[in-house]
Amino acid sequence: AARMFLRLLSDIQWRAAHPKWRRMTSSQRSTSTTAEPHLVSLPAQAQVVICGGGITGTSVAYHLSKMGWKDVVLLEQGRLAAGTTRFCAGIVSTARPVSIELKMAHYSNKLYQQLEQETGVQTGYMKTGSISLAQTQDRLISLKRIASSLNVMGIPCEIISPKKVLQLHPLINIHDLVGAMYVPEDALVSSANVSLALATAASRNGVQIHERTCVSHVTIQKGRVTGVETDRGRIQCEYFVNCAGQWAYELGHSGEEPVHIPLHACEHFYLLTHPLKEPLSSSLPTIVDPDGRIYIRNWQGGILSGGFEKNPKPLFTEGRNQLEIQNLQEDWDHFGPLLGALLRRMPGLEALQIMQLVNCPESFTPDMRCIMGESPTARGYFVLAGMNSAGISYGGGAGKYLAEWIVNGYPSENVWPLDLKRFGTLQSSRTFLRHRVMEVMPLMCDLKVPRWDFQTGRQLRTSPLYDRLDAQGARWMEKHGFERVKYFVPPGNDLLDLDHSKTFYKPDWFDIVGSEVKCCKEAVCVIDMSSFTKFEISSTGDEALESLQYLFSNDLDVPVGHVVHTGMLNENGGYENDCSIARLSKRRFFMISPTDQQVHCWTWLKNRLPDDSNLVLEDVTWKYTALNLIGPRAVDVLSELSYAPMTAEHFPSLFCKEMSVGYANGIRVMSITHTGEPGFVLYIPIEYALHVYNEVMNMGQKYGIRNAGYYALRSLRIEKFFAFWGQDLDAFTTPMECGREFQVKLDKGMEFLGQEALWEQKQNGVYKRFTMFILEDHDTDMDLWPWWGEPIFRNGRYVGKTTSSAYSYTLERHVCLGFVHHFDEKTGEKLVVTTDFINQGEYEIDIAGQRFQAKAKLYPFSSLFTQRRRKDEVELSGYQRE
Amino acid sequence: FYLTPPQVNSILKANEYSFKVPEFDGKNVSSVLGFDSNQLPANAPIEDRRSAATCLQTRGMLLGVFDGHAGCACAQAVSERLFYYIAVSLLPHETLLEIENAVESGRALLPILQWHKHPNDYFSKEASKLYFNSLRTYWQELIDLNSGETTDVREALINAFKRLDNDISLEAQVGDPNSFLNYLVLQVAFSGATACVAHVDGIDLHVANTGDSRAMLGVQEEDGSWSAVNLSYDHNAQNEREVERVKMEHPKSEEKSVVKQDRLLGLLMPFRAFGDVKFKWSIELQKRVVESGPDQLNDNEYTKFIPPNYHTPPYLTAEPEVIHHKLRPQDKFLVLATDGLWETMHRQDVARIVGEYLTGVHHQQPIAVGGYKVTLGQMHGLLTERRAKISSVFEDQNAATHLIRHAVGNNEFGTVDHERLSKMLSLPEELARMYRDDITIIVVQFNSHVIGAYQNEE
Repeated sequence: AARMFLRLLSDIQWRAAHPKWRRMTSSQRSTSTTAEPHLVSLPAQAQVVICGGGITGTSVAYHLSKMGWKDVVLLEQGRLAAGTTRFCAGIVSTARPVSIELKMAHYSNKLYQQLEQETGVQTGYMKTGSISLAQTQDRLISLKRIASSLNVMGIPCEIISPKKVLQLHPLINIHDLVGAMYVPEDALVSSANVSLALATAASRNGVQIHERTCVSHVTIQKGRVTGVETDRGRIQCEYFVNCAGQWAYELGHSGEEPVHIPLHACEHFYLLTHPLKEPLSSSLPTIVDPDGRIYIRNWQGGILSGGFEKNPKPLFTEGRNQLEIQNLQEDWDHFGPLLGALLRRMPGLEALQIMQLVNCPESFTPDMRCIMGESPTARGYFVLAGMNSAGISYGGGAGKYLAEWIVNGYPSENVWPLDLKRFGTLQSSRTFLRHRVMEVMPLMCDLKVPRWDFQTGRQLRTSPLYDRLDAQGARWMEKHGFERVKYFVPPGNDLLDLDHSKTFYKPDWFDIVGSEVKCCKEAVCVIDMSSFTKFEISSTGDEALESLQYLFSNDLDVPVGHVVHTGMLNENGGYENDCSIARLSKRRFFMISPTDQQVHCWTWLKNRLPDDSNLVLEDVTWKYTALNLIGPRAVDVLSELSYAPMTAEHFPSLFCKEMSVGYANGIRVMSITHTGEPGFVLYIPIEYALHVYNEVMNMGQKYGIRNAGYYALRSLRIEKFFAFWGQDLDAFTTPMECGREFQVKLDKGMEFLGQEALWEQKQNGVYKRFTMFILEDHDTDMDLWPWWGEPIFRNGRYVGKTTSSAYSYTLERHVCLGFVHHFDEKTGEKLVVTTDFINQGEYEIDIAGQRFQAKAKLYPFSSLFTQRRRKDEVELSGYQRE
Repeated sequence: FYLTPPQVNSILKANEYSFKVPEFDGKNVSSVLGFDSNQLPANAPIEDRRSAATCLQTRGMLLGVFDGHAGCACAQAVSERLFYYIAVSLLPHETLLEIENAVESGRALLPILQWHKHPNDYFSKEASKLYFNSLRTYWQELIDLNSGETTDVREALINAFKRLDNDISLEAQVGDPNSFLNYLVLQVAFSGATACVAHVDGIDLHVANTGDSRAMLGVQEEDGSWSAVNLSYDHNAQNEREVERVKMEHPKSEEKSVVKQDRLLGLLMPFRAFGDVKFKWSIELQKRVVESGPDQLNDNEYTKFIPPNYHTPPYLTAEPEVIHHKLRPQDKFLVLATDGLWETMHRQDVARIVGEYLTGVHHQQPIAVGGYKVTLGQMHGLLTERRAKISSVFEDQNAATHLIRHAVGNNEFGTVDHERLSKMLSLPEELARMYRDDITIIVVQFNSHVIGAYQNEE
């Protein structure tokens, strides 16, 4: 290993000793290239090959080597840290709204802080702090929400007055500010040096680094990575990590079997100036002015300032293109508005002399979150890319999680929001990506209020009823490319337009959703739920049942026609998926999962089902339109349409039967709702969808039927304490922790995934507990509404965060769902959470810094379940028995 | 009453037309990026015409503006026919033979021109056969003459102009059995038209001009400013050389009468023109044709009227002056316009307005800080100014429209004054002609990269 290090990187050592090297121009760089006499040949094989020598690639290499994986090769097409990393602004900012991103940034900051000491490479780390400015009250609210989550993580952070801003940064014009958030531990680094430091440490640990080596494609055989073809030969490997930044998409598509990595580059501009007359102190805090769309940091006595303009310039839509690379020039006209914002914020800089306008492409993703994880189609093919211009902030933490993922099979935190498998091929169209990133880049600065939706790349997947529903006033949101109704605006009832409806308070659809909820409770509503993922698993023998019994925690050996709610758990008992499975016949099962499970669940099953041609797994999502009939009169509508008795005696709850509805035969009817109301879901072969919908609406008229949307559904399910996967449940939550022991059959007579972990929890207790909170002193009209991610305080101490919330029109109160932990008061260690612990506390929920009293409940209000049926009663008693 | 800005725009844009030369992949790239054209009538109906076409059997593009007088018949005929005469004059012998054989054996004809026409630019259906026969006679003569030499563009242009004018004259003398056509050819011959035609092929730009329309090259200087280079001479009384020529062609005794009150024979403003047989034919010929012609012609005082001091015809010619210019990368555009534009605007202003318009639209001149010392404040001021300019320019998608807007609406400060624009455009038909003339403009934009590449080759 020592020799390997010398070989490497005499070059890196040399650089570390000459930190100014990186600021040389490209022509000088090429002379230094020619000076290097020959290239070291590539190894024939390695355990891991990483492509990309930027911050993400070096961070993955660093963490892999730290975890003891030494047989790692990192390939870089040019020079280490010479791409986006070289040009990035070097701001390490922890003020992130998404919890996992916040954790990554926090870790990165700690990592970079000690990196110089660890490696001897100067990283330029300087703890300057950062100040995020608010020009409006709404902006201040969003900052306060972030401040709340930073504080409970132990990251110092305070909301400060404009006057205090002026004390911290003398150049700022504060006249238009209403407040700001100060994060004193945010830092500045030289991003290229951080990357080089990580590379140095990795190479000391045995990682081989080869520059000027281009990966042409990755070879995949039988769904596994087998090696990497480069312009300097082939390397056999078990794992490949695509850290190619803005080229990750193309690299993913270069092989025979494409790996879809949905990201797209946009030009990004920032300004460098000469030093001020009195050079700025290098400890001056970084300013983020999201309302002005700019950031400003001190840079060598002058400033560095860039931003996220409203009209971004996407590039490389058709792939890498020499012409576009050459045309990456300063575009002052484009930068004009940002320059205006800068001078408004710091008018004293007028006389400051320009040094350069840097044009540095950044890659963006369809949902503003980075992409990490394993390809659903090629095992061993990992990705870490699409940093949405926060590569330095996330690089350290993201590299750590990905290294854990490779080494252990899963990372130490819930990274589902970042998982590559949240996307499918449908987000991989270049047109979609080009349009979407043009929306995403300005969103970096836009105010994000609860329940905002993307406006571009819409109407991709739709139900056959789309036009019908749209004509009836449907307002749409999108999930995994599928259009879903939020609510229906009654005729003559105009809502605010998009920009004006942005609020942290009571939204304008409040009464509309209220009336839909009322109709669900008193009459009957139809909700189109076609977006849900639907699989069929069948076999010629008993293989299907046997496999499912192993992969799911509930007992699936039920009579034909029964529906089972069950978790698809991992080894630790955590929810990889939460679904309903109907036994259609002895050997055939129909499985319904959340919409965004389409890729993840498929991959999970494919990787674990035996390779047996008798066992068939089919994605039938597109084949069925799903109509959910919710409400006490659903039974009447359906029995009139089918001439079949639908009452509980004939059609009990959690039952599934193929029957005719109207003229259409073969409609799969299930007596389930996702809200706890009585009702049915109709799975209709798509060509019958319009017919059945029309029949239902006509017949339903006399029962007061109306359309409803997902907002009504959400309110109904949350008030009844129903957890949803992806929102409340994740791979780190077990059924035991959310009161669903009744969905686990530990004694079903055969082994299943997660069984051992659940046994242990059953014996020793759980360390967090899913709890329902009813806000007590919260004024729905006047107070800020909860969303999710609000800190929960028990007896004044932080115990966890909410995962979802809704207004309950029945209780006339806000309901929040979330997890309560029991942290030891002295050590902070996690202790067992008992029922008594939950029940004996005084709770508060922190909404943007304001605390509201809340009543904690471990069981739903039984009064909300209007009609209990046979199976429901069993389930409820399951809750109560515990 | 005033026209609202959208009303003004709909009037200004009614006749606008744009053509972008399709890009070929690397080969055969054109030095012309495309052109914008537009017309604003003052006469009702408008007497100006415009034409644009790509030569399909030879390389190059043809663009022209035609200013009619004493009606629009002659301008219309010239706008339809002249480019065919030019194209035929440029064709090599083999192609002419091929075309003649095709006609002879009734096979499909090789297309000669691809027209780029606004929907309002019409061709006369009734006369097409007659026009075609005259054209065919021309190429048959060219085939017989077969000089064996490669065609010189200058000569081709001159021959085509002269030949067409000759055919117009002949057709009127011969007449046509069809009474409609008979009247048409007489109208064409007795009215007149000037022509200003550009032929662009690679870096070779030829401008052939007959009359007082004008061609002007827009040149961008190294410092980014704009200057105008004339590519035609006006054939009118302001041009001393032209006055001299006319006087030389007639006896000394007519020196006083041949140019009077800055007009030819005291009557005609342009000193060269198509048609206008009243200034070309002998008195006898005129009388014979008018007398044997249809009644409409006979009743027309104008046609019967013989110009005073009419002793030694012809007084007028359609022969053009041709200027050849080798395009350089700094030559950014060419403006062809009838005198309606040049009466109201100085060519220097035209160059500036079009230049700034074109660069504004395409951001062809990005700001680069380079080695200059620029402060943030200075840059901000500069950018704000550029944005303000662009936003006013963006009202027009067509350089010719933009130029008309300035020509009609400019106030004493050289900026467009909406009130003035509105007034000028809402004049009743009978008054409009007093305040402005028909305006027809073609702005051709050149591809500097292609021109640069051509230059390097040579």
